[in-house]
Amino acid sequence: MTPAVYRRDDGTVHPPLLSPGYRSTILRAPSQAPVLLPHTLTELTGPVLGEGRVTAADADLTVRAGGGEAQGQRIVVHGRVRDENGRPVPNSLVEVWQANAAGRYLHKWDRHDAPLDPNFTGVGRCLTDASGHYRFVTIKPGAYPWGNHANAWRPAHIHFSLFGRAFTQRLVTQMYFPDDPLFGYDPIVNSVRDERARQRMVAAFDLAATVDEWALGFRFDIVLRGTEATPMETRP
Amino acid sequence: MSDGGLTPSQTVGPYLAIGLPWPDGPHVVPEGSPGAVWIRGTVRDGNGAPLPDALVETWQADPAGHFDHPDDPGGRHTEFRGFGRCPTDDGGGYAILTRKPGRVPGPGGVEQAPHIAVSVLARGLLNRVVTRIYFADEAAANAADPVLAGVPADRRATLIARPIDDGYRFDIRLQGDDETVFFAL
Ligand SMILES: [Fe+3]
Repeated sequence: MTPAVYRRDDGTVHPPLLSPGYRSTILRAPSQAPVLLPHTLTELTGPVLGEGRVTAADADLTVRAGGGEAQGQRIVVHGRVRDENGRPVPNSLVEVWQANAAGRYLHKWDRHDAPLDPNFTGVGRCLTDASGHYRFVTIKPGAYPWGNHANAWRPAHIHFSLFGRAFTQRLVTQMYFPDDPLFGYDPIVNSVRDERARQRMVAAFDLAATVDEWALGFRFDIVLRGTEATPMETRP
Repeated sequence: MSDGGLTPSQTVGPYLAIGLPWPDGPHVVPEGSPGAVWIRGTVRDGNGAPLPDALVETWQADPAGHFDHPDDPGGRHTEFRGFGRCPTDDGGGYAILTRKPGRVPGPGGVEQAPHIAVSVLARGLLNRVVTRIYFADEAAANAADPVLAGVPADRRATLIARPIDDGYRFDIRLQGDDETVFFAL
């Protein structure tokens, strides 16, 4: 097998686990420093999922439940999944979940006083194609209050879960929408300290993906961890 | 917008249960499979309170030490998925039905003790935390394991699953006394 070892997290991109502005981190972030784990076959492999688990219909969140159409602004969300070396991540499971257009999740604990939509479950999944491309049809989720502090509202977002090709590449993130006025106030967005890294979580409006008379398009490219550069000893 | 750099991690939030669990997620092997064991535990926070909104994911080799993955030199096994996922219940409990993994190669060609890779995702975790399950009835293999050797001796016990009636118990403590050892990948 390839002796590739994945690049180590240098601490500049992912948020620190203890980010006290997001109160739930205070009792849940480990207090001890993590122990460095060598990348063995366990870490260099990972679940290869999706075949037989995903149908084409799972990528359209607007028609899944109830038999009618989901309420809200229809959108197309698509993009490519690549690694830091620029290589596409093909045939890989992408899972999404989100609030409805009113900012309400179909979940027993969501007490937000906003209407549920009988035609929207807020759950989708698909596989990336051979070039790492994925595409969902959904509705634009609403912002919602979350009680972290006075007048705390989450910017509109879609939760994304990715497996990549190896255990090392597993990533769960959130996709945000351009120009959201709530960005400056949200401790979850701002737990990512680097401005350029924060911008990577914001989708771009994509006229080319917009479907005339039907849906606005957004592009959200995702980059998973890459491998270390190959050693240079073969160079002259 | 992508600039080619790594996409940052964000929390799964409190509503992961609508998107991530699968009906067969906890069943790495079907119920009644020969050699099937339950791995059960509770996920707790720094106050010892159980987490009702966490997800435990497992990844492991089959009993012969092979992974269901194209990069395994032993070839891809289609009958053993190797992956489990279970949301915690209201009491913070999770359970995965699987088979004990075999031995797989480790750093420097030293065989590793049987182990299962674990990710924990939850509201309040801005990134997954990663740990490993080892087995108390593999004392000799554990003593020679190159990864366990890198863990401070007084904390190794947090990585050892203990035998119970129908399998093993592996509790996860995110913070505080008896905090589970988590790994930097
Ligand atoms: Fe959310």
